[in-house]
Amino acid sequence: MTTPYQQPGAPFGTYTSPIPVRRAHLGDALASEWTKIRSVRATVWTLGVMVLLMLGVGLGVAAIVSNANVDTEGEPALGMGFFGVLLGSICVMTLGVLTIASEYGTGMIRTTLTACPSRGRVLAAKAIVFFLLVFTLTTAIAAFVAVVQTGMVEAPDATGAQWLRATVGIGLFVALLGLLALAVGSLIRHSAGAITIMIGLMLFPLVAAMFMMSESLQDLQQALLEYSIPSQLIAIYSESGVSESAPAGWEPVWIMLGVTAVALGAAFAVLNTRDV
Amino acid sequence: MIELEGLTKRFGTKVAVDHLSFQVRPGVVTGFLGPNGAGKSTTMRMMLDLDNPTSGRVRIDGKHYRDLEEPLKYIGALLEAKAMHGGRSAYNNLLCLAQSNRIPERRVAEVLDTVGLTSVARKKSKGFSLGMAQRLGIASALLGDPEILMFDEPVNGLDPEGIHWIRNLMKALAAEGRTIFVSSHLMSEMALTADHLIVIGQGRLLADTSMADFIQRNSRSFVRLRSPQQERLRDLLHEHGYQAVESGNGTLEIDGATTESLGELAARHQLVLHELSAQRASLEEAFMQMTAGAVEYHAHGTDVHPGTDSGPRWGDQAPRWGTTSQGK
Repeated sequence: MTTPYQQPGAPFGTYTSPIPVRRAHLGDALASEWTKIRSVRATVWTLGVMVLLMLGVGLGVAAIVSNANVDTEGEPALGMGFFGVLLGSICVMTLGVLTIASEYGTGMIRTTLTACPSRGRVLAAKAIVFFLLVFTLTTAIAAFVAVVQTGMVEAPDATGAQWLRATVGIGLFVALLGLLALAVGSLIRHSAGAITIMIGLMLFPLVAAMFMMSESLQDLQQALLEYSIPSQLIAIYSESGVSESAPAGWEPVWIMLGVTAVALGAAFAVLNTRDV
Repeated sequence: MIELEGLTKRFGTKVAVDHLSFQVRPGVVTGFLGPNGAGKSTTMRMMLDLDNPTSGRVRIDGKHYRDLEEPLKYIGALLEAKAMHGGRSAYNNLLCLAQSNRIPERRVAEVLDTVGLTSVARKKSKGFSLGMAQRLGIASALLGDPEILMFDEPVNGLDPEGIHWIRNLMKALAAEGRTIFVSSHLMSEMALTADHLIVIGQGRLLADTSMADFIQRNSRSFVRLRSPQQERLRDLLHEHGYQAVESGNGTLEIDGATTESLGELAARHQLVLHELSAQRASLEEAFMQMTAGAVEYHAHGTDVHPGTDSGPRWGDQAPRWGTTSQGK
């Protein structure tokens, strides 16, 4: 005991930090989350594989169609980007889950929330950084692939609206899908569990619809086909949906926006009240 | 200054923390002691607003933790050594924390230097030994140069040099006027670092006292005697009103006597002594005695603590005794 013990009521020795106190805000949380997302391998792996899939599959499909002289039946070449985007979106979902669930896995979440007790700010910063990163990258790669595909394949020219949907629309849809994964990751707090749920969400409706052959289930089968994630992606590329009643054009993006907003709202509410 | 008021946490029917009220004062090292599962970590998590109390509250300089704008500049906490992303470098793990609280980036290099991790700053923290991870956790606590520091079991996994370092660090930080709150289940460690002691068992407050008082009150002093003529020695002691307790191996323990008086007594009666020594019961023993009292089903064989008849007993009701009420 080198320091004298102070009896209660004795004047407090107080320490004042020389570090200037400046109020932290969302911008600081964004800087923090940007440091986090750029400093882990998971980001490089998932987004790197996504880029490779979009380029490889997208350009591969274009090369096959071009060599085989397949008739695109009046559709512009943009729709060929679908296959690469569908596979790439699995990578995005994985990164979305890991962005928050890995903090629970490592215990980092306790350090994060001790540093920033405003849990809404933490979740918002994660969501914004992740969304902007994925949106920018997906839109850029989708645009590049679309330009190359259009150059390779003989098909009718796409309209300006189609170009916008095949680039910005796809970027928005994939980034929102990733945000949905982030919300699920926040709710589940377990990487493997949340990734499995997201992949199930993507594949289950189509697989289930295949087995719904009875009359009574026809409406449900129709809905599952129309609203499954792959069908929604196809719908963004084309003028009409997979069927008459299915969402088409920008509608899948708005639907995904609604679903993601609800999931993020739930994630926020739960994060705010739960013990960490 | 941290104030806890009736802090309670229930997990289902189990009460982890039971109406805990105490204050952590600035300028001293306050030790937070309790056996495993006593509720120390749960209490610390509630202090940092990670767990929600079932009832009661914690105030830090009068505020709720969530109302602190840049908490790292008020409180630095080390909860678990490995509460970092292993795939990220030590530097980046600290950088993202600094950024969220607007702490200048140069502090990252400064605290890494303080804890001696500069040479591995760019290495992934996954590959760190427990001792290095502990140092990284301490660096994160020091990042905002805060006035309050909380360490949960900081010496875990540290080598003797590291333990020595953290002890001196805590004392130096307290001497600067900071509030230091450190948990441990090792009484011996606390005796070396803490000025004030808060002991809990089964989530209840058992003691809130100064370390000096605790030592005074709890370390029983006695004289140990060993003689080949034990029977005669016993009779002699009895005649002179000493209570001798046999403690195995043919040794006798006598409370309330001095080595001088017993040595002279033996000499007068020409008894051969093989041992005559002054002893103090360890604080560890006192701590175990205290916390064992909070565990109802603890097996108590012989009373190894005869000196506390008039002192406080630690039963289920766990009386709160401290410097203000019963201190000297």
